[in-house]
Amino acid sequence: MPQIAQLTADNWYLASQLFWLLVVFAGIYLVIGRGMLPKIEATVDARDRKVADDLAAAKAAHAAADNLEESYRQQSDASRAAAQKAVAAAKDKAAKDAEKRLAKVDAELSEKLAAAEAGVAAARKSAMAEIESVAADAAGDLVAKLSGVKVAAADAKAAVKAVLHG
Amino acid sequence: MAAESGKIDPMHQFEVTPLGGGFNLGGHEVLFTNSALWMVIAAIALGLFMWGGMRRQLVPGRWQAAVEGFTGFISNMMIANIGTEGRKYTPYVFSLFMFILFCNLLGMLPLGVLGLHPFTVTSHIAITGVLALISFAIVLVVGFWRHGLHFFSLFVPHGTPLPMIPIIAPIEFVSFMVRPFSLGLRLFVAMTAGHVLLKVLSGFVINGFNAETLWLGSIVSVLSFILMIGISALELLVAGIQAYVFALLTSLYINDAVNLH
Repeated sequence: MPQIAQLTADNWYLASQLFWLLVVFAGIYLVIGRGMLPKIEATVDARDRKVADDLAAAKAAHAAADNLEESYRQQSDASRAAAQKAVAAAKDKAAKDAEKRLAKVDAELSEKLAAAEAGVAAARKSAMAEIESVAADAAGDLVAKLSGVKVAAADAKAAVKAVLHG
Repeated sequence: MAAESGKIDPMHQFEVTPLGGGFNLGGHEVLFTNSALWMVIAAIALGLFMWGGMRRQLVPGRWQAAVEGFTGFISNMMIANIGTEGRKYTPYVFSLFMFILFCNLLGMLPLGVLGLHPFTVTSHIAITGVLALISFAIVLVVGFWRHGLHFFSLFVPHGTPLPMIPIIAPIEFVSFMVRPFSLGLRLFVAMTAGHVLLKVLSGFVINGFNAETLWLGSIVSVLSFILMIGISALELLVAGIQAYVFALLTSLYINDAVNLH
């Protein structure tokens, strides 16, 4: 078995094996392990960092968009509320105006009504007075024609009044 | 093994042969061997593979994604086993993992079809043992550097009752000292056994067709060949798993040294 045979001290190629192994392995360690590997690892690390950064940026952009949407929603809510308030105020004002005008018209109408009633009452009163005096005259004339008695105007008036007012 | 095959020797694939370029280093002659050649091929293939992943694009192409899959696999393993401090040891464990993986896989290449002889570097315990010893040395250095003599409390598991310590501590000590051997041996044995098995089966295939009773030999050959296909797939899996196990155990041992208990 050549593998075991070479471990004896007088074997001719053990020294060559060890020498070339150390040379080649040292070369691999220095050139590849120390030279190339860190660069490749740096590339991988840089990529990982870039991916992580991009993900973080995307997350931040997402959050910003969410915020924007939220503020937009709040703004639109607020303006809608303001519009509703304005409409309500206008409605309210209109209603109040209408009420006021109505009240004014009402008052005018009732004033007119009162005036008319007063006029009616006055007319009635004067008509009543006229009727009284006409009736008293007529009663005095009737009495004088029927009995020839002259009735004093005041008496006739009192008698008519008593009849008319019960 | 395969004694009746005559010429087919399943151990021949593990022979180290010189390819020239010898020089003297401290009294030992160092030659460029087929083993060294396959180490260099593995290193170059690994270098090319990694170089293809160095485009550093934000959106990786296929090749870059493959390379980053490997680096991410090891660095995630280090962070999972050791914590963020584990990143310091990622270059070593990554080099270890990729070197073993490429050696394992290159040894599986069917280059014998072209008349070449692929050589599995990791099927030699001299190689896997040295890699295991490097890992073990890192554990010792890091452990004593960070914790000083307190590192010896590794041999007393947390919550051991006082009277049990004289019994537990030697057991823990032995299991700790066995680590580099088991680490190196596991990879060496897995690679050697798999390649021997494949060579024995391929010997059956060849000898079956050369047999005197051809119909019987053909049945043996075809069945062996079908088995070889399955075992080759299994060996590819083993090549990956053994590299992973080596790296995983190294990371766990380093964790012992870094985060003592």
